[in-house]
Amino acid sequence: MYRKDGESYYVVDAHIALWDGRPENQRNIHGKQFIDCFYDYHRNLSPESEVWSYEEYLYQGGERLMRDVFVDGIVDHAVFQPALLGEFYHRGFGQTEEAWALTQAHPDKLTYNHCFDPRFGEAGLDQLRADAERFGLKGVKLYTAEWQGDSRGYKLSDPWTYKYLEVCRELGIRNIHVHKGPTIRPLDRDAFDVADVDHAATDFTDLNFVVEHCGLPRLEDFCWIATQEPNVYAGLAVAIPFIHTRPRYFAQIMGELLYWVGEDRILFSSDYALWTPKWLVEEFVDFQIPEDLTEYAPITTAQKKKVLGLNAAKLYDLPVPAELQLPDADETQTGPREPAAADLASV
Amino acid sequence: MTALLTDRAAVSERAVRDALGTVVDPELDEPITDVGFVRSVAVDRAPDGTVTVEVHLRLPTSFCAPNFAFLMVSDAHDAVSAVPGVGRVVVELDDHHDSDLINRGMAAGLGYRGTFGHEAEDSLDELRATFQRKAHTAAMERAVTALLRTDPAVDVWALTLGDLPAGEHTTDALLRRRATLGLPVDARAPVLVRDDGSRPERDQAETVLRRARSVRISVDGNAHFCRGLLTTRYPGSEADQAPRPEDRVLLPLTVTKGTHP
Repeated sequence: MYRKDGESYYVVDAHIALWDGRPENQRNIHGKQFIDCFYDYHRNLSPESEVWSYEEYLYQGGERLMRDVFVDGIVDHAVFQPALLGEFYHRGFGQTEEAWALTQAHPDKLTYNHCFDPRFGEAGLDQLRADAERFGLKGVKLYTAEWQGDSRGYKLSDPWTYKYLEVCRELGIRNIHVHKGPTIRPLDRDAFDVADVDHAATDFTDLNFVVEHCGLPRLEDFCWIATQEPNVYAGLAVAIPFIHTRPRYFAQIMGELLYWVGEDRILFSSDYALWTPKWLVEEFVDFQIPEDLTEYAPITTAQKKKVLGLNAAKLYDLPVPAELQLPDADETQTGPREPAAADLASV
Repeated sequence: MTALLTDRAAVSERAVRDALGTVVDPELDEPITDVGFVRSVAVDRAPDGTVTVEVHLRLPTSFCAPNFAFLMVSDAHDAVSAVPGVGRVVVELDDHHDSDLINRGMAAGLGYRGTFGHEAEDSLDELRATFQRKAHTAAMERAVTALLRTDPAVDVWALTLGDLPAGEHTTDALLRRRATLGLPVDARAPVLVRDDGSRPERDQAETVLRRARSVRISVDGNAHFCRGLLTTRYPGSEADQAPRPEDRVLLPLTVTKGTHP
């Protein structure tokens, strides 16, 4: 729980990881390139006081994770969203056993989502059933730019992905977190295209599709599909740290999301260990859209409460104290939300 | 002696860099020379008089999309090859997950499909066209929003190119991008158009402008972040970056470092 100026915020960090990017786990140069890329994101967007050494960044372990994520009691609950990256790391990037052990030790604080890859075919479907039973899965994390053999990515609209989504539906795995990396095949088209999410969301209306980092670097394509599909959500992983070094850009991202997707479908995520949640929560609660950005209405306290935790709590059936709950906005389920921007009143 | 000096001067590093300045990162809608993607340029003249130019490019991350990377490397190769007096051209991409693949493909003249094999279907023409359309959409939104901020009562749907302030950066930038797409540039042409150049119905104007706004924020935000990541990855590379053009003032490049904004 985070408290500021007499307000209480129930906080869910909807995207954390327990990774191992150390050299002994790297299978090849791409393992190093991958963690180095993350470290540059971290160094570029963090406040100076929050920048870690490269050594610290490679691996944190469970004890440190608990301290970093739950420091000062700000975060109430966090959800693991592991990436396999089996082509880059010997034992995978996300550390399944360690994260699962931690989840069992702190079931009130942690939820473990696992990942699947439709290119594992029938064997992967059996594994998904076994994983669902073992972990009690409510959600999965899909990294569509995962490399496997001579394939460097897949789409949610692929026939095999549909088979996996049908099994998710059957097993009650409702929350599909999609991380759109540069999906390489086919190279002819935009590698960050999110059109496949549109197809899957239309065909699986009983599943929730959380698009991580709200489609960045294709915010525009994400907003356009999300506004048409009531079961598509925006995850703020990678987007929210812009709040510190580039607050005006972050203001415009939030303005767009509130307009196209609405306050009930945006989820806070630190993307730990890319960043830590404490400073992000503190800055977000203090954040306001600059007055000269007249195209957007100010963000309300109720909207911040929903984004920081209430929206994710609904997806994961987390027990939010009754006095902190808020009703859904009286908004359309699809299409642009109200209020329309001030500068367009005359259009 | 004099002739020799003249020949040497004929292929200057300046001429090569000018040629590279025509190569655009399609996602960011900026020349690769302005964003600091040109790491080095070397001009060498062999005893037999052949002039070899070797260019190294760099990107903000190892995992930047390889199709855009290939486009820029390939365009850079074409641009430098067209410089008078250049005999041999080597363009290499450094530190990317596909550096080996792309550099081998370029050296062997394999082209896009020859380089990427089964991952490539036809060509990158449609990808390039998609981002030329986005560049136009963003320029259109910048011109309209600049106007709206001075006059909130402006009728956006009715705006024509002649209503835009002549000589403003945002107006000139919009005209250039319309020309690229083959859209009309006369004073009576409507400003607010869809990607394909068609004019929306009046009741669709808000949606068209709001979509355009999300495109502009995306393009400008990515440019912002890519520039920053490059300087994080390659300390000192900020010296190779030119300021973002003045036609894109809606998302200022002000970056707050280390202090609470």
